[in-house]
Amino acid sequence: MKPAPFDYVAPTTIDEACAILAEAHGGATVLAGGQTLLPLLNLRMSQPFILVDINHIAGLKGIARVDGGTLIGPMTRQCEAIENTALQQHLPVLVEAVRHIGHHQTRNLGTIGGSVTLGEPAAELPATAVALKATIEVRSIRGSRNIPAADFYLGPYMTVLEEDELVTGIRFPDWSPGHITLFRELAQRPGDFALVGLAGALSIESGKVARAGLAWFGMGPTPMRARAAEQLLLGQSVHEIDPQAVAAAAINDTAPFDDQHASAEYRRTVGARLFASTLREAIRVREAA
Amino acid sequence: MSTHTVTMTINGRRHTGTVEARVSLADFLRDQAGYTGVHLGCEHGVCGACTVLVEGNAVRSCLMLAVQADGAGVTTVEGLAAADGTLHRVQEALMNEHGLQCGFCTPGIVMTMAALSGEGKKATETELLDALSGHLCRCTGYQGIRRAAQQLAKPEAMDTANGEQS
Repeated sequence: MKPAPFDYVAPTTIDEACAILAEAHGGATVLAGGQTLLPLLNLRMSQPFILVDINHIAGLKGIARVDGGTLIGPMTRQCEAIENTALQQHLPVLVEAVRHIGHHQTRNLGTIGGSVTLGEPAAELPATAVALKATIEVRSIRGSRNIPAADFYLGPYMTVLEEDELVTGIRFPDWSPGHITLFRELAQRPGDFALVGLAGALSIESGKVARAGLAWFGMGPTPMRARAAEQLLLGQSVHEIDPQAVAAAAINDTAPFDDQHASAEYRRTVGARLFASTLREAIRVREAA
Repeated sequence: MSTHTVTMTINGRRHTGTVEARVSLADFLRDQAGYTGVHLGCEHGVCGACTVLVEGNAVRSCLMLAVQADGAGVTTVEGLAAADGTLHRVQEALMNEHGLQCGFCTPGIVMTMAALSGEGKKATETELLDALSGHLCRCTGYQGIRRAAQQLAKPEAMDTANGEQS
């Protein structure tokens, strides 16, 4: 289990990295934390001609508070995100999601951008980015663009990212202070991909839901945004919310599949219960506070 | 296929070697530097046997290229015990609590626990157990390893870590 041969370059600026990607015409693969890529290389499921290591680009690291939100450099390590006080304060759902990625040892190298960009449908971060209405900033020698996370994912490991484009930032808008946070996943063992998972946030103003973001992971070919459930919640008083009805609406926006771990039917049944109980508990915690 | 000259400080000693880009840190440590205490189980990041410290952090050396560790400080299980053979407190705890049998997974487990409960560090039992979820052991049933973690998390263990007697 050794990778096929490849060339390796480690650019130090975003422009340099973009030039290499453009020149490679699709033969290049970007190395961020490598915690998914290295297994794929070792198993020879991925055989790039050239590996572009972006670990030495200072401009891709760090977490910054920006107007109305938080900008996370894609090369921010998952372990750094967990420890970051700004994220703990403003994006508790994201921090909770990152805690569920892999293991301590893989979170030391694994990055926020790597997980968001890869688009594994059962992974925590793509769904969290969709739920929290993040925007993915990308750059190429052709220019830059900002892509809403909800429009970023096309299928398993397939995104709208072009082969010459590099993710340069993930921007999460602020949710109002004290927003309701939802995160739950069911996995066979800690660190495994989720059989079913959900992430979400509800901003509350004058006792009513002013903004809702909900998404599933492990419930379809991409992160699945629960639009109908978001619509149902908007404008509702917190004490009027019927978690079971919201869960029923949310489960309609899924397309789960059968695999060796669980049937689609199992995922739907468990998903609806998980959703309802997570929402019920989050409301209870809020009302108690 | 590019080749690269890499230099790293392994267990306090500088090593320089030439590697193909595709060579993992684990293979470099074993084949070129001779640190065969780095055990390779699955080679795709599942088993945890190859865990080493890079700049003090526990990482899977099968999921890092040697060229990525150029310039870094690396610690393998060979670097833990004192020169006179005195065991590291993590090794001591695992030995006392029978936290190993065949020993294949042990170097990785030792390195993860050393990262969290090494010199001047004090992880809670919960933190240790959470990090240990990244390791597979087919012999022990984990209970001995768990007891070692409990021993390391005890308050008096901290005093020893800080070099003070209670």
